[in-house]
Amino acid sequence: MSQLRETLDAGQFAVTGEIGPPKGTNVEPVLHEAETFLKGNVVAVNVTDIQTAVMRTGSMAMCRLLVERGIEPVFQMVCRDRNRLALQSDALSAAVLGIENVLALTGDHVVMGDHPDAKPVYDLDSVGLLQALSRLESGTDMGLDMKGNPNELDGAPKFFRGCVVTPGADPLEPQVIKLEKKVEAGAQFVQTQAVYDPAAFEQFMKKIEHLKIPILVGIVVLKSAGMAKYMNRSVPGVQVPDGIIQQMAETAKEDRKKVSAQIAGRLVREMKPMCQGAHLMTLGWDDLVPDIITNAGLKP
Amino acid sequence: MIILKQKPFEELLRELEGETNVFLAGCADCATTCKVGGEEEIDALEKKLTEHGKTVTGKHIFDTACLAGSVRDGVKQHKEAIEAADSILVMACGTGVQSIGDQLEDKQVHPGAESLFVGEVARLGKYAEKCTLCNDCVLELTDGICPVTRCSKGLVNGPCGGYSEEGKCEVDPDKDCAWVLIYKRLQKRGHLHKMKEIRPPHGYSSHHHPRSYQWEKRRPPKKEPAAP
Repeated sequence: MSQLRETLDAGQFAVTGEIGPPKGTNVEPVLHEAETFLKGNVVAVNVTDIQTAVMRTGSMAMCRLLVERGIEPVFQMVCRDRNRLALQSDALSAAVLGIENVLALTGDHVVMGDHPDAKPVYDLDSVGLLQALSRLESGTDMGLDMKGNPNELDGAPKFFRGCVVTPGADPLEPQVIKLEKKVEAGAQFVQTQAVYDPAAFEQFMKKIEHLKIPILVGIVVLKSAGMAKYMNRSVPGVQVPDGIIQQMAETAKEDRKKVSAQIAGRLVREMKPMCQGAHLMTLGWDDLVPDIITNAGLKP
Repeated sequence: MIILKQKPFEELLRELEGETNVFLAGCADCATTCKVGGEEEIDALEKKLTEHGKTVTGKHIFDTACLAGSVRDGVKQHKEAIEAADSILVMACGTGVQSIGDQLEDKQVHPGAESLFVGEVARLGKYAEKCTLCNDCVLELTDGICPVTRCSKGLVNGPCGGYSEEGKCEVDPDKDCAWVLIYKRLQKRGHLHKMKEIRPPHGYSSHHHPRSYQWEKRRPPKKEPAAP
């Protein structure tokens, strides 16, 4: 049984973390970080799926390695690289490897990554992938047999199905409509794009009140003022307020990690009453996770 | 309209390497509109190739290079000039190249243009792709804006998270996010319910290459059996 699901079902505030597989076979450093800083501090750890379309070791293998280390993974699946045959097959593969949490994403376009000549797939979109996962759980796949009936599976998987949303998107309504469709397609939890403005997040939460689905607010740790400015310029739907940028700018280089954990902790603390959990994206600064949790007031 | 661009002249010369005599073929349809294979371009190409030591044995602007009948007529009309040539340089789309080449089994054809997409001519020199000929049309649900073609990811159920406040796509800030366009149009017309409907995964079964389409044969109606 997914601990993430149990935590959310029990109405407890759920904190998840995130790791990115390495570009290459040297998986030990990132696994070591996960064991040292994430295990015991977060309920589950997302493993990104060829993040930003930069080729790297796969999410499923890393998820399994986490399972072997007693860490619950969230298997991120993007629609960019696989058609519906491979997506369904990989979902079944994940299930037999003991992976239950699956996060369905569209996936960054290949032109954003390091193989821009690759053929983007997008055979399914995130709504279609959620439908496929739901269907697999019901014991059939997306295909039809000769009589036009859904193909029966020999053994059905069990998933906890997640999806994403961008709370800061402008216009916001297309995001809300898409989220409604994701919930209808079977999404059971949501992890959001980075949020830095609690007031704006509150507005977003009001707009999706009618959707009875747990929301884990996305927190991306800021490494510098430059990174914040870059996100404001180049990452759609993400706005870092000037106050936070200034706070980072005024921080000496050696204190950045400390201040970054303070900002992240404060954001979680302020948004905790509005939502059901937080998803911490530390971008390699995994050692900040214990401090963020303490700063957020989540540890006695 | 098939949108085309001419290959660089150096590349055409490489294609013609080892050959002296060439027949030039253009097309009065898309290739003329795109200024790749009309009279003006074929004349200019003849001049340039001659300067580079090639002999142009003849030239012809096919009415429509993808119309088998039109190709047959043109080929017949220029039989001798084509026979005298080592090859035919076709300044038309990929279908035109093959349409001509398939009728002349023993004659080498060279493609002189890149076929880009089926598109709209916004104005001369500015072309935009709007339809990918997918045989699973969604335009009714989107009030006439195709996300399969105009969304970078071809999403059919709404946008990803990558559109800017200006409604541009994160893949290319010069491109509009198709789903923001669709949303605004549907909202203006009071049609947002169309966007809320889950659209099943796009069908690709009739998208497998090579595609073909043929009208059903119209058989003459059966005659009533004669009364005994």
